[in-house]
Amino acid sequence: MTRRQAWGVFWLLVAALVAWLVFAVWPDWLNAVLISKKAFVSAILNGITLAGLYFLVASGFTLIFGLMRNVNLAHGSLYLLGAYIGYEVANRTGYWLLGVAAGFIVLAAVGVVMQIFVFRRLEGDDLRQTLVSIGISIVAADLMLAVWAGGTYQIAVPEWLDGALTLPVITAVRSNGASVFLTYPLYRLVVLAAAIVIGVGLWLMLNKTRVGMMIRAGVDDRAMLSASGVNVHAVFAIVFAVGAGLAGFAGVVGGSALSVAPGEDIRYLLASLVVVIVGGMGSISGAAIGALLIGLAEQIGLVYFPTYGIVLTFVIMVVALAVRPQGIMGKAR
Amino acid sequence: MSLTLATDATAPRQTWLEKLGPGHVILAVALVLYPLVASDFFLTQIGGYSLIFGMLALSLMMLAGYGGMVSLAQITVAGIAAYAIAILGNNNSNVLGFGWPWWLAAPFAVLAAAVASALIGWISVRTEGIYTIMITLAIATATYYFAQQNYAIFNGHSGYAGIHAPSFWGVNWRDPKAFYYLCLGFAVLSYAAILYGAHSTFGLTLQAIRDNPRRMRALGYDVTAHKVFAWFLAGIIAGLAGVLLVWFNGRVSPGTIGVDVAIDVLIIAVIGGLRHPIGPFLGALVVVLMQTFAIDIVGAERFNTLIGLVFLVIVFVSPDGILGLWGRIKPHLAQESLRSGP
Repeated sequence: MTRRQAWGVFWLLVAALVAWLVFAVWPDWLNAVLISKKAFVSAILNGITLAGLYFLVASGFTLIFGLMRNVNLAHGSLYLLGAYIGYEVANRTGYWLLGVAAGFIVLAAVGVVMQIFVFRRLEGDDLRQTLVSIGISIVAADLMLAVWAGGTYQIAVPEWLDGALTLPVITAVRSNGASVFLTYPLYRLVVLAAAIVIGVGLWLMLNKTRVGMMIRAGVDDRAMLSASGVNVHAVFAIVFAVGAGLAGFAGVVGGSALSVAPGEDIRYLLASLVVVIVGGMGSISGAAIGALLIGLAEQIGLVYFPTYGIVLTFVIMVVALAVRPQGIMGKAR
Repeated sequence: MSLTLATDATAPRQTWLEKLGPGHVILAVALVLYPLVASDFFLTQIGGYSLIFGMLALSLMMLAGYGGMVSLAQITVAGIAAYAIAILGNNNSNVLGFGWPWWLAAPFAVLAAAVASALIGWISVRTEGIYTIMITLAIATATYYFAQQNYAIFNGHSGYAGIHAPSFWGVNWRDPKAFYYLCLGFAVLSYAAILYGAHSTFGLTLQAIRDNPRRMRALGYDVTAHKVFAWFLAGIIAGLAGVLLVWFNGRVSPGTIGVDVAIDVLIIAVIGGLRHPIGPFLGALVVVLMQTFAIDIVGAERFNTLIGLVFLVIVFVSPDGILGLWGRIKPHLAQESLRSGP
């Protein structure tokens, strides 16, 4: 048996175990060990849907950082600004979708401005990009605090997305033989679906289209791409716009699922950092795997060892780095 | 690539005063005489605080300037020393507090910080450049959240209060003057150690590793071990700063090691300049002055905007901070004097 086959068998066993845990009716001893089946399945689902949100934020980050080598530590600020803008637009117009669109479009525009006025001037100078983007995030956080104050906002989800869905997952069997099914908020499943659609779209764009080819070529050899008649600056501005727009989009989506408050910028910056470090820079599938690991770790940690949840995330990062310093899907440099 | 290796050996013998240079002598006299003119507020809130943060930024300068490793976890290292003082010594939070005397607790705290720093270094030296920044930022944030949620060791959100600076030799070291001199003493010690260390065998090896790790590996040096040891040494300085910080504040909480503070330390080091060990102290003074007085200029709560903008301008204009700015202006000034008279 080759190494690859061995891993295949291993993952198959893991998948079978998870499927059994989710769909079977648990014996009492398992309920005793893992609190309850409902808690377990909810933690898994919460983790996966949270991973969807993390993926949305981190995919923008990995586009900007991993592909274009623009170190933008103000990515969390983009998320938070998108959330605030989405809140204002959705609140005033009454259309949630308009808020989502505004979050994407405004932040894409902000991203283009940042790329042209900041990152283009500091091309190839990682440390100064880092410092400047940190400076921007400090000023942005302070200005957002000035405009929206320290309160917590909740973006209202439209009716057709609200409510709960009954899933075909049996959590318990009543004494009369009737099974109890798990219900789950519809909105969080929609977030997950959106993340999957966007992730597949990004992957196809990068790997199967001409534009994606140009982006990847521009990262490897900018001068050569420029010489073959492509406007490299325009390509990079577009990628930055998409990356920043995704952060804004994620802000509105995340602000509807959870809430909007000062400090969220750092939280999502950290999440993107860890996701991209674990998954590998510039890899969309890596960001997906990283987001899944971190999201699951966070939610499972929350249920089973609340104090040490954050440490679990950290342990995953250290282990991933120890085994593969370039990230799970990263290319060796 | 080229290193000034042989200068010390070939230079003619100088007296220690000449070696020190007039700049250092004037600075030393000014710093020693500062308490004669300064009020208590200027002694501790400006003087002591700047020196403490100068030491923190100095430990970052050592890693970044000589080792090429930019760390955002220096406040985390200092925080470990501060928490160690609270846990090993006395506090009035009714959690832990082993009541060790200061002369036992303080060295242990510094040692714990240095070991923690080496550990952080060991994790992050696998990466380089921007990746080091990200990993140390992730470590700093994780530690912050952990301290906030852990009640058994870190006493959670409220942290520890009621930690007193020691009194010995008939001096209460929390008194403004005494505390200022205490900070000054340790700052000078760290500064001198860095100046000396930069020209030691280890310092030169570290700088050579920064410039060309592959060549140094080929020459048979253990690159990782040297880098981790540099982290250990930087951890000693950051740990000392942490001990002073907890004596200064009288308390330590997750807010002490927050992400904003971690970034402040980087800002201080960069504003001052990473080229020379004096830069961090310069930056600390500028930032502390701004933090203290910006409130009067731009109103109650917007001083972060001002600091951020000043920081942005300095990074944009001069990559080497104030020291770099000075280095650029100096030739112009010299030319001006040559051009005297119409």
